[in-house]
Order: sequence, then C-alpha cells, then structure tokens
Amino acid sequence: MKHLNLKVKVWRQKNASAEGGLVEYEARNIPEDASFLEMLDILNEQLQEKGEPAIAFDHDCREGICGMCSLSINGIPHGPSATTTCQLYMRHFKDGETIFIEPFRARAFPVLRDLMVDRSAFDRIQQAGGYITARTGSAQDANAILIPKPAADKAMEAAACIGCGACVAACPNGSAMLFVGAKATHLNTLPQGQPERNQRTLAMVRKMDAEGFGNCSNHYECEAVCPANIPLTVISQLNRDFVKAAVSESVQ
Amino acid sequence: MSVLDSKIPSGPLDKKWEKFKFESKLINPANKRKYEVIVVGSGLAGASAAATLGELGFKVKCFCYQDSPRRAHSIAAQGGINAAKNYQNDGDSVHRLFYDTIKGGDFRSREANVYRLAQVSTNIIDQCVAQGVPFAREYGGLLANRSFGGAQVSRTFYARGQTGQQLLLGAYSALNRQIAAGSVQMFPRTEMLDLVLVDGHAKGIIVRNMVTGAVSSHAADCVVLATGGYGNVFYLSTNAKGCNVTATYRAHRKGAYFANPCFTQIHPTCIPVSGDYQSKLTLMSESLRNDGRVWAPKTKGDKRPPQQIPESERDYFLERKYPSFGNLAPRDISSRSAKEACDDGRGVGESGLGVYLDFADSIKRLGEKTIRERYGNLFEMYEQITGEDAYKTPMRIFPAVHYTMGGLWVDYELQSNIPGLFVLGEANFSDHGANRLGASALMQGLADGYFVIPYTIGNYLAPQLGKRPSTDHPEFKKAEADTLAQIQRLLAIKGRRTVDSFHRELGLLMWDLCGMARSEKSLGRALSRIPSLREEFWQNVNVLGANEEINQALEKAGRVADFLEFGELMCLDALERRESCGGHFREEFQTPDGEALRDDQNFAHVAAWEYAGAGNRPVRHAEALNYENVHLSTRSYK
Ligand SMILES: Cc1cc2nc3c(=O)[nH]c(=O)nc-3n(C[C@H](O)[C@H](O)[C@H](O)COP(=O)(O)OP(=O)(O)OC[C@H]3O[C@@H](n4cnc5c(N)ncnc54)[C@H](O)[C@@H]3O)c2cc1C
Ligand code: FES
Repeated sequence: MKHLNLKVKVWRQKNASAEGGLVEYEARNIPEDASFLEMLDILNEQLQEKGEPAIAFDHDCREGICGMCSLSINGIPHGPSATTTCQLYMRHFKDGETIFIEPFRARAFPVLRDLMVDRSAFDRIQQAGGYITARTGSAQDANAILIPKPAADKAMEAAACIGCGACVAACPNGSAMLFVGAKATHLNTLPQGQPERNQRTLAMVRKMDAEGFGNCSNHYECEAVCPANIPLTVISQLNRDFVKAAVSESVQ
Repeated sequence: MSVLDSKIPSGPLDKKWEKFKFESKLINPANKRKYEVIVVGSGLAGASAAATLGELGFKVKCFCYQDSPRRAHSIAAQGGINAAKNYQNDGDSVHRLFYDTIKGGDFRSREANVYRLAQVSTNIIDQCVAQGVPFAREYGGLLANRSFGGAQVSRTFYARGQTGQQLLLGAYSALNRQIAAGSVQMFPRTEMLDLVLVDGHAKGIIVRNMVTGAVSSHAADCVVLATGGYGNVFYLSTNAKGCNVTATYRAHRKGAYFANPCFTQIHPTCIPVSGDYQSKLTLMSESLRNDGRVWAPKTKGDKRPPQQIPESERDYFLERKYPSFGNLAPRDISSRSAKEACDDGRGVGESGLGVYLDFADSIKRLGEKTIRERYGNLFEMYEQITGEDAYKTPMRIFPAVHYTMGGLWVDYELQSNIPGLFVLGEANFSDHGANRLGASALMQGLADGYFVIPYTIGNYLAPQLGKRPSTDHPEFKKAEADTLAQIQRLLAIKGRRTVDSFHRELGLLMWDLCGMARSEKSLGRALSRIPSLREEFWQNVNVLGANEEINQALEKAGRVADFLEFGELMCLDALERRESCGGHFREEFQTPDGEALRDDQNFAHVAAWEYAGAGNRPVRHAEALNYENVHLSTRSYK
C-alpha cells in the first residue's frame, strides 16, 4: 500500500467565544487506503503523544449516513469526493500536498471547538413542522394506502437527506433551502402528508428564516456538494408549495 | 420471590399479551402529567419510546450523545425490517416469525417475549407508513418485500439500502412533534455517566454536558435505557464510533443484572480489514445475499484473480453445506463457514482473510440495472472504500463484530431487576437468544418503544405517584461527586499511552480470544490479560485537557474504562457457558461436521450476572427457559 506525507492546515479554536486560526501540522506516513478521518486519527495520536490536545471533530457512523461528520476540505464541504468526509479516502490526495481543513462555515452554524459546529438549528426547523401527525397505534393497514412507485421513489430520493449541513456551508448566502426542500418534498409528495402540507411548509420556512439562514439566489453550490444527491428540484417544489400555502393562508 | 421473575403472563402463548394489557394498571390522563420519565437514547428504541410516552401525556426527558437525536446508530441499518404481514402470500404468519426467531436464536430466548414481538411486528409497518416512511413499493403501489437470512419467506420491508435511516427519521419526526408540543425535552450532546437509585428504585441519572463539561443530576419517576449495544468492546466493529457500554455497565454496577454478555453477533459480510490504522469496519448488508453467491477457491493458496478461477475450482461453500438455505444461511453459521475456509488457507485478498461475494450470475440473469436499483448505494460504498467495482469483480468480504444479543436482564415488562429501570432495544437481552436474525433488530427496537413500554410502564408507575425524589437527595449528590472524582482521576494520570491505543489492544485481544471461536484455553488467557491491561490503563493513560471543555479524549477514556471491566465479564460468561449455541462457539463443543453443539440439559437458561464490587467475581444467576410451544431441536439449515 502507498503512503503519503502531507501538510495540513487545521482550524483550531478552543471554544465558541475564543478566537481561532489555522495551525500547520505534518501528517506523515498516511496509508492511501485510510479515510480522511482516519488520517486525522493518526495525526491526533501523534499530537497527543507530544502533549498537544487532539483536534476536535464530529463523527460517528463513519459510513456516510449519520450526517455527523463535516469539515471543509480545501474550501469544499466534505472535500473533493461525492460523499461525506468520513467516506473520503486518502487516495484522492497526492504525496506532498497541503490540505486546508476548516469547520463548516455559516452564520447559523456557530463553531463550538476546532472543527465542530452547532447545527441544532436544523433540529428546530424539523420540530417546527417536519412531521406527519400519526398517533402511535392508530394507523390503518399499511397496504390500505396504495402509493404509486414513482411517488414513493420521489419521496425516498428526498428523504435520503442526512442532515449534515454541507448545503448550507457551500452556499454563499448560507441558505438551508436544499435541506428544508428535501423534507418538504419527502412529506408533501406522499398521500399521508397532504392534510398538514400547507401548515408544514409555512412553519418550516418561517423557522428557517428565523434561525438566520440566508436566501436562495440560485447559486446551486448546495446540490454540487450534497453527499446524499438531493436534487435541486426540491427547492422549486418548496417554492411552489410555499406560494400555494401562503395564498391559502391569506385567503382564510 | 426469585429476583429473576420473568413475569410471563399465564395462559396460551397467543393470548398472553392481550391478557397482560387487559390486566395492567392504567394511569388516568390528568395524572400522567405528574410523572416524569427519563429516556436515555434516541435510536429506534429510545426515540419511539420518548415520542409515544410524550404523546400519552408523560413528561419526558430524552438524552443522546450525538449533536442530534437523528444521528443515533440506528440510522446506519441498511437491509430492512421484518414483519409478519404475509403480504407476499408465501405462507408467513405470526407463528412462523416467532418460530424462525426462536430457532434462529438457537433456542436461547424467551417464548413469550418473542411471540409478542412477532405479534406487534405488523403494527410497526402500519405505524411507519402512516408517518411517511418511504418503504420500497411495487409498480401497483403495494409494499415490496425481500428475504433475509434464516427465513424461507419474504417478510423484510426496506427503503433502498437505508432502512434504518428512514425508520429513525420517522421516529425522529414523531419525537420532534412532541418536542414542539413541550411534552419531550431533548438533551443532545449529553452523556449519561451514572444511574441513581433511591431506596432501591431507579430514580434518576447523572449526565455530563459534552460541550461545557458540566456534570448534573436529573430526577424522574423511572428511567428507561435505550442506549444500544456494546460491540465496540472489540474496537473494530460495524457500530458507530460512539457506541458504548457505559450506560448499561454503570447501571450494572448499581445492581442491574447483565444477561448473556458473551452472546455477540459476528456478521458474515463486511469489508475485510486493510490495515492497523483502521477505525471501523463497514457492513455490506445481508440483503446482498439474496443475489450474491459466496465462494472461496477450492485450492489452498490460489492467488489467481477471481475471474481466472474456473467454475469447477470454486467452492460455493454455503450452497454446498446448507442446500436448502444456501447463501441465506443464518449469520453465525455463515460467518463460521467463511472463517473455516480462511483457516483452511483458502482465503482471498492480500491478508488471506476474505471470501468472495459474487454477483456475476445475478447480473447475467437480471441485468446490471436491476442489481443497481436494488443495491446501488452499497456497491458505491464498496467502491469508495476499496477502490474496486463490484459490478465487474466479486466483492471481498469477511466477518466482523456487528450486534450484541446480550444486554441488561429484563422481564416481560422490559423492566430490569432494579425497580423503575426499564431497558429497550439492543441494550436489553430479551428477544434474540444466541443469534439474531437479520432485519429483526429494527423490529425489536420499534416494538419495544412504540408498542411495549407504553403498556408495561404503568404497572410500575401507578403506585409511584408523588414519590419522585428531588436532585437534592444525598444519593444524587453522592453519585455526582463519584462521577466527578472519576473524571478528575482520569485527567490526573497524565501517562504515556493514548486512550485509543488501549482500546485497540483490548479489541484485538477480545477478537482473538473471545471472538468467532472461544475455548477454555483462550478465555483463560483473556481473563488473565484483561486485568493487567486495565491496571496499566489506570496508571498510564494520557488524557489531555480539562473537564470544563469539549474533550473527546476524556469522553473516550470513560468508555474505554468501562469496556476494560466489561470485557472481563464477557469472557467469564463465555467460559461458564460450556456449550456452543448460536454466535457463541466453544471449540470444545461441536458436532463431527463442525456445527455448534448445544447442551439443553445444562444450559437452556439465561445467565444473568450480578455485580459484586470491584475486584470481586460477579455472581451468576440463571433464569430457566421453559419451552411450551416449540420443540427444542437441533438447528438445521441443510
Ligand atoms: C451497519 C449496521 C447495519 C444494520 N442493519 C440492520 C438491518 O438491516 N436490520 C436490522 O434489523 N438491524 C440492523 N442493524 C442492527 C440495528 O441497527 C441496531 O441493533 C438497532 O438500530 C439498535 O437500536 P437502539 O435504539 O437499541 O440503539 P441505537 O440506535 O444504537 O441508539 C442508542 C442511543 O443511545 C444513546 N446513547 C448511548 N450511550 C449513551 C450514553 N452513555 N449517554 C447518553 N446517550 C447514550 C445514543 O446517543 C443513541 O441515541 C444494523 C446494525 C449496524 C451496525
Ligand atoms: S460520520 Fe456519519 S456521515 Fe460521516
């Protein structure tokens, strides 16, 4: 297996209120089959052996599904591959390369420490309306609702969002439209989601605005970095649903 | 009354649950608000429990260590969830799912619990569809199914290769609705570090805020643990990095019995280890065995690329050994067969620790497009990790630690031997015996949370009205002080080895000596080495920084400290269970053709371990398993 020697410039920041800055480290002897986070693990072991505290970064599943890992790598959320940082492998880098590693940057995602950010605004948007009311135990037989395969597939495509926040970090305006559009499209496409459709759409969009996310001005950077391949069409769907809901609200 | 009263209702198997529900105590709606319930964990079990209890009117506090409840490890489940819907009209029924689960578990689980699980399985699918979970559908709009190991019917529901994600997002949305309604208060990035008992009842927990380091107490009328499994005792596993035994082990130290800790599941189809830098192992879903054929070369040391090995020189060992189940033989059996081939020198890949999972025939039969539709994301993940294209060359797979059947002992109400402590999901031991069938953990997590605990919690709570202690109670103060003292002790060692280096060493030791095969000799070695490793940890671990900040090394240190004690308990349990069953394979106990040899005479029981204080040998209790409805037979998948 090939090994790489790299220079990494990592954002270090002690806590939310401290000032941060880039610190340069040598990452030596990194196997090319290691993942990006394993490269950081190796570096952290070396740092701690020298008495320096480890670089803090969020991660959990390391399979590209929990959405916990983040990182901007050379300015790109999740770096130069189509997946999450935890599924990025070192064979994408060249020996001797310098890599810049920073936290996801967005007004609505304050840095907590080093590479960790606070994405709880996403949870609050979901709490505002990202659900279908279905009291436990009151459901009818699952096959009583027929859902055409195309609708089911469309809902699934949107539901695949892992909530990582890369879309927000990639957007020059820090907009969360792809994230909110994904949830709205998932639930608004299904027959079960119709009764609360308008209310859900308005509540999520208003919460999104209140949390300090920016507007969408059609840069489309979000789609390019999304590790779950959420399509841009969810944004146009959200826009349509929002207009309809707002009209119906003003009529009432 | 014995401490191990399983509280199984009397009456015929298929009427027990109904009878129980009818006889259990109800709490009037106005009084529900007066109860506070702590739920630790926001995976399928925890989120569904917290949401449902909140919906019923209880005041719930829910805790998780991730930054959001949506990221619980359940999110990673790929393949699917079982339910006895019989939508395929292929002969499935509640009784068949019950029987398959009991048999799959090698006759080491409780009949009544498993039967109830099979009964409520159908409600789970209804509930999830109502929430908007986008399960796979057929063109006519009906729900689609696939098959999983250990079953001859198609009863597995799935959402692409992301079933766990979709089920968890469903439960998370129900949880969000309750958070918005004010009935559930959510505490993310908060780790439970101790259980608090007042007058012998579980009445609260001690937690650490992982952002500020603040250690604080929470009191409640009862505590529900849904903190997942302990597979990470092996360091390398398919579990998320944060999965831990801390919550359940610290409850164990407070008196909760730990049941069958040695029952661990090694999953047959994972991507092989490629180097010592590796931080986790990646599962390739069992669903792949619907269309993939498992094989190894017939000749030892055959290093030719797979395409150059002709049909006649391949050993499709599962099809050969288990013709009626073939590639869908249960996990324990499939894993051991792969190990056998590798031990025999017929393993593939650089390390020789791998066998092939080959899709060539299915691609020929169904076309690449169909295979891509079914498993596209798994093939992509495989390519990301290995750099190989599995549409062109077979996957290389090897068994890896995946799931833990053992867990805290619970009765029919899912209550542990400590009154007021309930345990749900992978954290309890209840339903899977010595081997879990694929797609049954998701089923159990949601059954426990949506459909069991809401009915069983009332019997405990009803007479407890007004008995909730305040966090000023001396027991809370003492537990808080103990927790802080342990943290300070870890920070004060300032040794020379990192936490991870200890964890890796323990993991390797557990894998070698208490892994896919165990023996009196290997377990004896483990039992002599773990205490010295633990001692070294407490003298030489290096945890930098302070408590009052984000400190991931400190978080890990606390968990590894618990694994270092728990590993010993696992080995002890494995040693004392002098039989082979399911995932527990004792080399001394096997049939002439290498299958697990059970000893029903002496071991048809649950081993539940009682903590006896630091340095003392824990006490082994046994709960006999009485089979009234199934006949204990030798498991055969031939
Ligand atoms: C890769 C993979 C694929 C799988 N695929 C399938 C499948 O296809 N079908 C199937 O049926 N099963 C599958 N399983 C098994 C299944 O996913 C798990 O058994 C199940 O999801 C466990 O759910 P749970 O709710 O019990 O625990 P988890 O989902 O593990 O949740 C544990 C919760 O507890 C919290 N927690 C843990 N410790 C603490 C603490 N000390 N303090 C505070 N909070 C804590 C965590 O934050 C988390 O919220 C798979 C498992 C893996 C690893
Ligand atoms: S760690 Fe889970 S998506 Fe990267």
